[in-house]
Amino acid sequence: MPLTEKTPATPATAGTPAIEFKDVEKSFGPTTVLKDLNFTVAPGERVTLIGPSGSGKTTILRLVMTLEDLTDGYIFVDGEPLTFEERDGKRVEMPKKRTREMTTRIGMVFQQFNLFPNMTVLENIIEAPVHVLGKSKAEASTEAKELLERVGLSEKADAHPTRLSGGQQQRVAIARALAMSPEILLLDEVTSALDPELVGDVLGVLRDIAETTDITMLLVTHEMQFARDVSHRVMMFDGGQVLEEGPPDQIFNNPSHERTKSFLSSVL
Amino acid sequence: MIWNWEFAAEALPILLRGFVNTLIATVVGTIIATVLGLILAVAIRGLPRWINWIVRLLVAFVRNTPLVVQLIFVYYIFAGIPGLVDVPALVIGFIVIGIHYSTYMSESYRAGIDSVPPGQFEAATALSLPPVRTFTAVVLPQALRATIPSLGNYAVAMFKDTPFLFAISVVELVTSAQQFGAAKFAYTEAFTLAGIIFLVASYPTSLLIQRLDRRLATY
Ligand SMILES: Nc1ncnc2c1ncn2[C@@H]1O[C@H](COP(=O)(O)OP(=O)(O)OP(=O)(O)O)[C@@H](O)[C@H]1O
Ligand SMILES: [Mg+2]
Repeated sequence: MPLTEKTPATPATAGTPAIEFKDVEKSFGPTTVLKDLNFTVAPGERVTLIGPSGSGKTTILRLVMTLEDLTDGYIFVDGEPLTFEERDGKRVEMPKKRTREMTTRIGMVFQQFNLFPNMTVLENIIEAPVHVLGKSKAEASTEAKELLERVGLSEKADAHPTRLSGGQQQRVAIARALAMSPEILLLDEVTSALDPELVGDVLGVLRDIAETTDITMLLVTHEMQFARDVSHRVMMFDGGQVLEEGPPDQIFNNPSHERTKSFLSSVL
Repeated sequence: MIWNWEFAAEALPILLRGFVNTLIATVVGTIIATVLGLILAVAIRGLPRWINWIVRLLVAFVRNTPLVVQLIFVYYIFAGIPGLVDVPALVIGFIVIGIHYSTYMSESYRAGIDSVPPGQFEAATALSLPPVRTFTAVVLPQALRATIPSLGNYAVAMFKDTPFLFAISVVELVTSAQQFGAAKFAYTEAFTLAGIIFLVASYPTSLLIQRLDRRLATY
């Protein structure tokens, strides 16, 4: 597949990173998945994580969303600690409530959509704006309808998620995440569970968000053309480490590592 | 089979009086069991380990001793404490039945909560929903779908266990039929009517449970 579109301009990298991993370690029992991981993502930057299965891409996103406990190290969002902070030279866990305040800046879209089946589409979208941000139902509903229009599902507001196709469910899930006006959006293989003919609509919505907002995005995808079009930077992971990184042009066309080459040839 | 309409007419009001006790014990017992069962299920999940351990032990104890023994035990404890003697036996009855069945219902709730996919909790975390809201708006409605049928079954089981109340001198439907049958030697009339009363009460109830079930299944 020719990958020929030009890469979007990278936002200025000066100042406080939107996301910073500092000496991050993550183990599941005896298995260490990430070790001494350090990287930053600038505000407004869109970074795609690639790498072989089991290299820890999902784990990184889940750590940012606080869905996994951090074994060691720190994660900062806008320069503020997310789950652990250093106090008097000691690593201490932050209060759950503070962590939850921090996560309101972060949204995540899952491979399996994870819409709430007991709520309508509209209820799914307004749930957090009403109960976390304290918006009125009327205000949240108005905004939710605008978002539904944006993802092309205005007429489905009162439907239950189980009545929708996978592609429609995923677009609702995107609208639900956007309803919180996140600074950071995490996307983990959001089209992998979809029938091929439904992938385009979802990618179209994501392209629109990439073009019209300055939301920082950290994404994992097998849609390489899409990754190339929307991301400023691609990070190749292997064995829980950043093997190499750079603009999509460079990584896709001129990878410097053999492992990157063989990985790319296996997915392209 | 001999059927005596006079006996039947005489038995009916007595049976209905007994049935009122059956109903009170079942309805109040069910309310206690559904509420306490949920509290237990949540307590076992969310509390510190040592409280959790004590709660589990109590649940195992209540579940593994017969209801009749519990009824008699509690009844005589109350009877033995001066000043508490005037707690009506029926009240002791529905409290004990309610507590007894709450231990079973907590297990159903637990299974229901476990049946909610992890992705639902993760989506709630991703939206920064506080734990209480996650539980009441996301987890519980979905857990209840899986739980309601077995809660219904336990309510019916409770209904059928009410004759044990006889052990603490509460006369409910079956006991009143038994007593009437023995006094007049009219078992046929007494138990036929008792059966009809039972049916008239339980059939609409089962319809109601079915309806509720279907309503919850519509999403
Ligand atoms: N809950 C868990 N318990 C134990 N091991 C886990 C758990 N989650 C992930 N792992 C392990 O961590 C490693 C990294 O997993 P992760 O899902 O992050 O990989 P990935 O790069 O997203 O892979 P894929 O491309 O297949 O999605 C794998 O070896 C996986 O088996
Ligand atoms: Mg993954």
